[in-house]
Amino acid sequence: MSSSPPRHGRRIALYTIIASLITTPLAALVLGPHLPPGHGSREAAAQVTDNTVLTVVMTPIACLVLVYFAYAAIVFRQRGTEIEEGATTRGHAGIQTAWIVSTTAIVLFLAGYGTWALLQTGSGSGQGPVPMASADGAVLPVQVIGQQWEFTYRYPTYGGLETSTLVLPAHTQVEFHVTSLDAIHSFWAYDLGVKADANPGADNVAIVRTGDARSFDVRCAEVCGLWHGYMADTGQVVDSASFATWVAGQRKAFAPIAGSMPPYRPTYQPDPQRRAG
Amino acid sequence: MTIAAMPRRTSPLLRRLVGFNLITAVVLGAIGYYLGWWLGHQVSVAATDHYADTNQNDVALFLAYGLAVVGFLTGLGFLNYPVSRMLGRPASVAAKDEADGWKRYVSLCTDHKVVGLQYLIGIGFFLLVGGVNAMLIRVELLRPTPNIWPAGQYLTLVGLHGSMMMGMMTSGILGPFANYVVPLMIGARRMAFPRIEALTFWLLMAAGVILTSAVFYGGFPTGWTGYEPLADQANMGMDSYIVFFALVGLSMTLLGFNMLATVFSMRAPGMGWGRLPIFVWSVVATSALNVLAAPVLVTTLTMVALDRTLQTTFFLSSSGGSPFLYENLFWVFGHPEVYILAIPGFGIVLELLPVFARKPLWGYRLAVSGMVGVALLSFFVWQHHLFMSGLNANLRPFYMLSTELISLPTGFTFLCAMGTVWRGRIRYDVPMLFCLGWVFNFFIGGLSGVFLSDVPSDTTTHGSFFTMAHFHYTIMGGLIFTFFAAIYYWLPKMAGVQLNQRLGKVHFWLMFVSFNSTFAPLFVIGALGQPRRVVSYPKDLQFLNQWVSVSAFVLGISMVVFLANFVWSLVFARIPADPNPWHSSSLEWQVPTPVPVHNFDRIPVITAELYPYGAETTAPAAEPLTVGS
Repeated sequence: MSSSPPRHGRRIALYTIIASLITTPLAALVLGPHLPPGHGSREAAAQVTDNTVLTVVMTPIACLVLVYFAYAAIVFRQRGTEIEEGATTRGHAGIQTAWIVSTTAIVLFLAGYGTWALLQTGSGSGQGPVPMASADGAVLPVQVIGQQWEFTYRYPTYGGLETSTLVLPAHTQVEFHVTSLDAIHSFWAYDLGVKADANPGADNVAIVRTGDARSFDVRCAEVCGLWHGYMADTGQVVDSASFATWVAGQRKAFAPIAGSMPPYRPTYQPDPQRRAG
Repeated sequence: MTIAAMPRRTSPLLRRLVGFNLITAVVLGAIGYYLGWWLGHQVSVAATDHYADTNQNDVALFLAYGLAVVGFLTGLGFLNYPVSRMLGRPASVAAKDEADGWKRYVSLCTDHKVVGLQYLIGIGFFLLVGGVNAMLIRVELLRPTPNIWPAGQYLTLVGLHGSMMMGMMTSGILGPFANYVVPLMIGARRMAFPRIEALTFWLLMAAGVILTSAVFYGGFPTGWTGYEPLADQANMGMDSYIVFFALVGLSMTLLGFNMLATVFSMRAPGMGWGRLPIFVWSVVATSALNVLAAPVLVTTLTMVALDRTLQTTFFLSSSGGSPFLYENLFWVFGHPEVYILAIPGFGIVLELLPVFARKPLWGYRLAVSGMVGVALLSFFVWQHHLFMSGLNANLRPFYMLSTELISLPTGFTFLCAMGTVWRGRIRYDVPMLFCLGWVFNFFIGGLSGVFLSDVPSDTTTHGSFFTMAHFHYTIMGGLIFTFFAAIYYWLPKMAGVQLNQRLGKVHFWLMFVSFNSTFAPLFVIGALGQPRRVVSYPKDLQFLNQWVSVSAFVLGISMVVFLANFVWSLVFARIPADPNPWHSSSLEWQVPTPVPVHNFDRIPVITAELYPYGAETTAPAAEPLTVGS
């Protein structure tokens, strides 16, 4: 080391600030718009915003820690083969306090922001039978029934119509009621930013406002047995005229069996199952 | 010790084979297995339509596993001591002293140093099995459609990999290293309960075999979480999972109690709580979690077993039970569990950084409060695993807050690591490289955890490969990297021979690069919509999946490099290790190599704090020891 010790702290702070000034705008402006799950619905778009905020908050922290360790690994390395002893610093009350205060502030901000974002409309997540963040305005209820190994969909406002494909009208607030007939599944409409577990005997509500007409992927996100890997289909968001036509067509097609369908209910308990018979 | 040095025995071969040893244990285990299987068919075959319909006799398999374990432990000699005490005969300490040489390592031995090495080899073997499973999973995912495994076998592979890693590696640090070095570090001659110490190891070995045997009973489809009611549908391989995890839970609980009792009651004079090595603190925090969380697992799995055999319906909603109950109980155990995996890693990093940066540990109290804080908070976050489940959805802001709060005490560990390297003289020996690897990996793991703790973000990432990448960064990047740091650091003391440092560095760099190349793309794959545990995935994700698979194979090769080094150094080269190759001031390095059976001739008296590195400090830490080099 040179006779006048370099000011390591200032250098690390400088490098951290430079790195943060470069990477944080990149994270916000370049990476942010590409963060999942896209803009397929109001909830999905809100999640993209949320993910962008988290990324932007964490980028400078990542810069600090990575710059620090890279600097330390290079500058504080031992050059010779002799064992040399380092400094005897054992702690620093000011640094520790500053660290605790700043990390606490960041955590409280993140928790507060996440809660605020969640309370808007529930962020497309499964909210249980009585949603804390409820829909604002009129909704189209759609029931999602998971069973091994497919999803079926019921439209209670259209006579309990049950279909094997999910079609939703554009620019409509949809209230999914997710339930299961057997194992636990998870209804994941990726592009809509919706995920809600399907539990037997439970009604799990998720709210989403659809955007423009598009298709979206539906997958099961909770392992549910043999063909879990194939429990996927594609849904459609269509304009309201097409939706009305589609519903009418489905009702006509299923008219012969409509009478023998079980009435619409929030949950459907299968016959008591016992393993050992 | 060589075979020639062993005292000659005059007894005939048969006399030597019949006794309490591993051969007897395996034979009695097999007899117990078939006895239980037979009994199970006697009690349940006529009574159940289910058995007649499906050929699935869970009662028989549970009894078979149960009696096999009892037979196995009896054969090893675990009943000798309690039985002789019950009969009023004098207690024998033969288990520690009688056997000699290599035989101690394949029999019931109550020397904590032998148990530590037994754990290292035993857990290392099952780690290898779990790793091979991971390789087979990645072979399957080379193509978006089924490739080499049918869907059912693929799910079983996923479950075997997850359960083996999450079950066995709970003791990955505590088993080999805490058992070996904690008594040495605190100046004790043994663990508080040496027989229980040995029992935890042999229980774990029985558990590992039982889990692997699931492949003979059709496997199990649930992954490592064993969610109901899928677990109730599953065929008999599920019983292997249940017995495995229950035995692991039992082993964890006993291990935790033993560690706590040892650290609380057997510290050398002068070893106050404020002088306890930081690794021992991490063992204390982890053991507290073991003791409080693992019994919940055992109880829960007992309920699952009752559902599957005696027709209770704890978890079947159609008969008044609740799958939510299982999810709650499992994660009440399961979240402390992941910190049981993580905290020992904190301890190893903070224990080793001072040695290789030649500095006192920076912020000792903060480091301790970080570990204790993580342990405490880990009991209040479990429902973040159920953010999408619809259970207690209105409590999610609380669980979001508590989960994010855990990053505070975790951050203490990082701050202490940062403070410790500050103006140090860092030497890049292999253990240090693995510690710095931990810093990077666990940091990425922690940052990605923030997305999962945030409900809006979790809506997409929950149950996806993003989650999977996150916990591989924290567990493999955290636990396994520190596991290797500990091997390279302590093996010279434990085995008395040096590991090849050059091969060690090749191992580190290959592993570090391929680890990140494997798991970083998984964040992207998950964010693009691939759920966990799927045998097929969208075609446009094939390139990324292939990239991951090839990286995973390189990661596998890095393990081969380590194994080659391990076998070469221990079996062939056998270059004697310096008693204190790292110039550590900690007590375990001040005793001779190999460590005497009773560790210390005289119990040391601790006269100074234990991290006396740094320019001005030269005082020895303990009397009447002499510093090893």
